[in-house]
Amino acid sequence: MTDARPLLEVENLEASVAGKPILKGVSLSIRGGEVHALMGPNGSGKSTLSNVLMGHPDYEVTGGAVRLLGEDLLPLAPEERARRGLFLAVQYPVAIPGVTTVQFLKACVEAVRGREATKAAVFLRELRENARLLDLGEPFLNRPINEGFSGGEKKRMEILQMLMLKPRMVVLDETDSGLDIDALKIVARGVQRLIGPEIGVLIITHYERILTHLPPDHVHILVDGRIARSGGPELVRELEERGYDWVREPATAAASEPD
Amino acid sequence: MPSLPNDNRLLRDYEHGFVSAVEEELVPPGLNEEIVRLISRKKNEPDWLLEFRLGALRAWQRKTEPRWALVRYPPIDYQSIRYYAAPKRWTAGEGLDPEIVNTFERLGIPLDERRQLAGVAVDAVFDSVSVATTHQKLLEEHGIVFCSFSEAVQRVPELVRRHLGSVVPPADNFFAALNSAVFSDGSFCYIPPGVKCPVDLSTYFRINAAGTGQFERTLIIADRGSEVSYLEGCTAPMRDENQLHAAVVELVAYEEATIRYSTVQNWYPGDDEGRGGIYNFVTKRGECRGPRSRISWTQVEVGSAITWKYPSCILRGDDSVGEFYSVAFTNRRMQADTGTKMIHIGRRTRSTIVSKGISAGESVNTYRGLVQVLPGAEQARNHSQCDSLLIGNRCSANTFPVVESENRTAIIEHEATTSRISEDQLFYLQSRGVDPETARSLIVNGFCREVFKQLPLEFAVEAVKLLEIKMEGSIG
Repeated sequence: MTDARPLLEVENLEASVAGKPILKGVSLSIRGGEVHALMGPNGSGKSTLSNVLMGHPDYEVTGGAVRLLGEDLLPLAPEERARRGLFLAVQYPVAIPGVTTVQFLKACVEAVRGREATKAAVFLRELRENARLLDLGEPFLNRPINEGFSGGEKKRMEILQMLMLKPRMVVLDETDSGLDIDALKIVARGVQRLIGPEIGVLIITHYERILTHLPPDHVHILVDGRIARSGGPELVRELEERGYDWVREPATAAASEPD
Repeated sequence: MPSLPNDNRLLRDYEHGFVSAVEEELVPPGLNEEIVRLISRKKNEPDWLLEFRLGALRAWQRKTEPRWALVRYPPIDYQSIRYYAAPKRWTAGEGLDPEIVNTFERLGIPLDERRQLAGVAVDAVFDSVSVATTHQKLLEEHGIVFCSFSEAVQRVPELVRRHLGSVVPPADNFFAALNSAVFSDGSFCYIPPGVKCPVDLSTYFRINAAGTGQFERTLIIADRGSEVSYLEGCTAPMRDENQLHAAVVELVAYEEATIRYSTVQNWYPGDDEGRGGIYNFVTKRGECRGPRSRISWTQVEVGSAITWKYPSCILRGDDSVGEFYSVAFTNRRMQADTGTKMIHIGRRTRSTIVSKGISAGESVNTYRGLVQVLPGAEQARNHSQCDSLLIGNRCSANTFPVVESENRTAIIEHEATTSRISEDQLFYLQSRGVDPETARSLIVNGFCREVFKQLPLEFAVEAVKLLEIKMEGSIG
């Protein structure tokens, strides 16, 4: 029997960037073993949600709550959230010149899983094994992280980090964007390796494609900072056929009513 | 040993800031012919050396202090400085004062024969004198002379006479002239032809006495086909007054010889308000005298109130190679004006400059460099890379690269960047569980990687640790 308590709870979350409201009351509840997909048109607030969950300083939370395993995340610094098991595969991975992937991962793993996990032999074995799964050869590990990497290599590097940090709750922010079919399969393989009854996954995406490799249990459609519709996997096909206008219309109609 | 208050934040920051209770023999303050003669007499020097000093003194008296560097400090009263301080028991021939042994012990440098550092021969300089040189037997087996400068004057006077001032002439500049007049001690090193020095050679400079300057002189000669790696470390007690350190280092590399000279400079930098600290006004220059010789300078500058220093290479021999790798970190009110000169004289001479400046607090960090190609330097090549990293918004970084080429076949490349630690980099690391302080130091270490990898391993580890300590609390 898995924990009945949700892994991640987002309640009426409101957030703004530079004074402009973006999230206008988002609610989500993700349990261990579940894969959720969050879809929505450009500018609907998908990436804002992922950044707010991780605690990016540019985003101001103006209302609502976020809990991970029952603990309030909002007062915590990003590194504290990571240490409690939250992982965000970012949309635009950042290069850190002169810091090799091994050095980078050592610092991260030590911070999240403790010094024991970075003992040379154990750490390197685990790292090589995971890198092999993602088709990242040895040379990648000794190159400065994300420096001169292709888009696909950067995304695979995100998944490598995820596997090394062993998080409980994973948010993939458009990890599939710009990936060819082979790279997408590799990324999906990496996520599949992590998935289990204890793990929650939130896939933020524009496309159905990744969802055929990582089938979701629940699908949410974000429009203008609110979840306009939630449902099962059938929602994805419906969306493909009818486009976002189909979900947008009722929300727009409701918003314009007071006139 | 006077104790320092425990709550002093600087203590954590500058752990070498203690003072040793050693009885010292001091000459009266001031600089004149009499003082110069006194120093020379104390060292029992031959006439030619006294003449060298007196000539330098006259040159110094004619010169004015240079003001072109981008550093600011109140006028130095050269007549109030003591130009010689030496531990009494040592000069009296009574052996090493246990307090000095203790001092070096605390600095991590055991002088005891049985416990001395493996792989490194150390010459320990305490104020104006060299107090011990380790690994003597091993060095002698290879015919290597590594001793204090004073001893070298007695042991190998001809070698000293032939090379002293041959790279940095006594009247070269104001501070070099000052040093040439009053230099007290320092290290001397001679590697015979074809010998690859079996251990790294190292000098550890310690300023202890108050109101004194340190004016050491280092001379390294690598004969044909020889090879040596030399390390230099420096610390000083925390004092409210400024102390002057005006050293001269001369390197001579003959045909196919290689000299690698690495420095970790951690002189006391002064407090938050800019009180105290060392004025580090140093002339370092090497000459690749023979063909295919090579001189490589690596410096990690993390201390001193003011650093004014340009380790340079004169590339005289055909196909000779000069290298300069530098990390200069400034914090609080520290000022650094540092860089290099590469003078290409021989054909196909090559030089590489990699300079990494990191400024934090309200510090000023300047790179100043000259790449000069003389008419005969056919197909000379230079590549320069000067990067500055700013931490906070009250510090500044400047780059003054000068290129003078008188030969059309020369290829000279210069790249420069100025950047800040980006919020994106910080957030990225934080989102992976790394706290901001560790994240910053990881980013800075990455920035310095090209230079650190030039250092011998233990020195590189030391440099990384030092930089971490120096960065603590550097973010406003």
